[in-house]
Amino acid sequence: MTHTNLKNESRRERRKIKSVKKMKEIMTKYYIDAKTARQNRKKVAWITSGGPVEPLIAMDIIPVYPENHGAMIGANKMGIDLCQKSEEMGYSRDICSYARADIACSPIKGGPIGGLPEPDMLVCSNNICGTVMKWYEVQARFYGVPLFILDTPFIHSNFSDEAKKYVVSQMKEYVSFLEGTTGKKMDHDRLKEVSRLAIEGQNLWQEVLDTTMNKPSPMTAFDAFFHLALIVTLRGTEAVIDYYTGLRDEMKERINEGISMVANERYRLLWDNLPVWYKTRWLSEKFASHQACLVADTYTSAWCSVVGLLDVDNVLESMALAYSNVYLNISVDKMFDTLKFMINKYDIDGLVMHSNRSCKPYSLGQYDLQKMVLKELDIPTLIIEADMVDERVFSESQIETRIEAFMETLDNKYRR
Amino acid sequence: MKVLTEFYDIVTNPYSYARKWKTESGGKILATFCSYAPEEIIYASGALPFRIFGTSENITLADSHLQSYCCSLVRGSLEEALAGRLNFLDGTVFPHTCDSIQRLSDIWRINAGFPLHFDVILPVKLNTPNAGEYFQDVLKKFLKDIETALHIEIDNDKLIEAVKLYNNIREKTGAIYRLKSDYPEIISGRDLHTVIKAGMLMDRKDYLLKLDDLLELLDDKKENSQKSSKKRIMLAGGICNHPDIYTLLEDSGAAVIWDDLCTGTRFTEGIIEEKADPLAAITKRYLDRAVCPAKHSGLFVRGERLVKLAKEHNAAGVIFLFLKFCDPHCFDYPYLKSYLDKEGIRNMLLEIEEQPQSEGQLKTRFETFIDML
Repeated sequence: MTHTNLKNESRRERRKIKSVKKMKEIMTKYYIDAKTARQNRKKVAWITSGGPVEPLIAMDIIPVYPENHGAMIGANKMGIDLCQKSEEMGYSRDICSYARADIACSPIKGGPIGGLPEPDMLVCSNNICGTVMKWYEVQARFYGVPLFILDTPFIHSNFSDEAKKYVVSQMKEYVSFLEGTTGKKMDHDRLKEVSRLAIEGQNLWQEVLDTTMNKPSPMTAFDAFFHLALIVTLRGTEAVIDYYTGLRDEMKERINEGISMVANERYRLLWDNLPVWYKTRWLSEKFASHQACLVADTYTSAWCSVVGLLDVDNVLESMALAYSNVYLNISVDKMFDTLKFMINKYDIDGLVMHSNRSCKPYSLGQYDLQKMVLKELDIPTLIIEADMVDERVFSESQIETRIEAFMETLDNKYRR
Repeated sequence: MKVLTEFYDIVTNPYSYARKWKTESGGKILATFCSYAPEEIIYASGALPFRIFGTSENITLADSHLQSYCCSLVRGSLEEALAGRLNFLDGTVFPHTCDSIQRLSDIWRINAGFPLHFDVILPVKLNTPNAGEYFQDVLKKFLKDIETALHIEIDNDKLIEAVKLYNNIREKTGAIYRLKSDYPEIISGRDLHTVIKAGMLMDRKDYLLKLDDLLELLDDKKENSQKSSKKRIMLAGGICNHPDIYTLLEDSGAAVIWDDLCTGTRFTEGIIEEKADPLAAITKRYLDRAVCPAKHSGLFVRGERLVKLAKEHNAAGVIFLFLKFCDPHCFDYPYLKSYLDKEGIRNMLLEIEEQPQSEGQLKTRFETFIDML
């Protein structure tokens, strides 16, 4: 190895996030616990990523996330095979690829971890989409287990008093549903404590994400996609707090030492929509080669954006409000307010939108958001047409050309 | 039949009808997209509930607002609005249904430029007492919103009048459907489709009068109608926007004797109790009616209903008719199919794209299917 090569190698080494190893250990342990739940006489609930997990944790029910499973399938490039299997089962190629891949795993115990642990119950909140309800109906029929739906009326303009009353009443039904399924009473003090931990975890996650306000940024959105798993799956536990405290401190240390994730960061970009799981490395390297850092995204911040609405002294009511106000349950104009806020906060030079065939609530409306961003904020935008798990719709050469053109636009605009 | 010609005129040129209606009556017109739009309340406000079905033109303007992986109803309707072809509308009523319609509401409100916009954010879950209570709260709120927007007052009498009118209409259309099932050749599939569709567009009082005329004619025809030898087919799915399908099926030796469509029995069925509080009674009808797959009223109800309908109407086969990119229907398809398969009821799936398949292709597919029955 030449001297320069060695130097580059050590720089690259320095840029690696050390917490990654611990994260992998925690997730492995979590999945082993979930897979051995039956032996340990614990119940397993499958729950949507936007669903209220705190009551499950408080009742010692192990939450399992089919969406996280979908992401793993995508990242392991098992999406095409499983999507094709679901198509053989009669599912249209046009529906959500998380759902398709997960549904195909169930009968064959396929996928990266040999199928998810079988559920004792399903908990679905439609605050992220109507698709999860259809997906969970399929799985409730397949496993023959009860399904609880938390129906959170969409917020086009405001969250009406009627809607609030409706969601609060369902939070109470949810607790009764869990009590009925487990035969145990909810310990409301424990629930309060879990909620407190969940709030603390979300605040810490926000602190981790906020470290990217620093120039240069100590991490990218691609790192956030990876480190996100804990706030989704173990929200409300101590493990999350320990881990994110460590991660935040590591990021702060990187800032102090001047370590940036993208060498010679020139442009700061905002990512919109779910990751393209099977291409995160490729995309990350592509942007980095232009010294562009995706410093923030609308996706990973969704797990802490409504933390301000939570209140430990009023757990169920405040949860009803918070879970109804998440990013995907609000109108396009309200989403624009969030985009605008993030663009200012992270001092963004350009917006990259993943138009994700799998996710209509996230993607339909993006063209209008793009127009609003151009008009009101005058920053360049790029739309990547792809899918989060189904690699068949990813056209690498076309996307590469579009990224090149976008970077040229940034060069011309900012003359850096 | 002259009365049929009138229905055809309206269905073929709905926008001219709407413009004429507006000039003559001076009333407001509110667009709707699906069978969960609470038409009874719109009618009670004096406005004309007017259903939009997409476009028959090429989509160009909507392309800059909606991706290609969105259904033709959503893309096509936006196209109609942006092209100015709906400029007779005073506003739109969006009941909450699927993810695509939910986003269309935002995009429509931001770009289409109609003075009035109502989001009727109905519950998705319909089978719990709390959901029922919320449903009624939403209707009450919609009623207030529409009163404020139109500067009117809707008293109980007006609501009761609307309920009675809609009950009357639903009884009549139900009777026509049953005649079609009993005497498949008494009225063609295309004609029945046109009659039902006209009921989503035209002045409802006028519609009821014309339905009376039609029923009278059909009752007379009954005497001479033979039992048909055609293969009995049921359609199941979302909206049917291609009346040619009925003709093609008939030419291939089949008759559509019943349906489970949003533009069919899911819209026409369900009588509202007249003696009860009108809002509570209207709510009950929407909760009890056949459910759209974008809503939830149990894990098995749609499958059980489909089999029940097929058996009740002695259907030899079921054709699933979905708009391409309609997630809720696509998700239910394997489950519904397995219910039919278990009962030995043959079925096929037809996905309708923006540019429908050529007539020749469709005919071949239908003939192959009908031959197997």
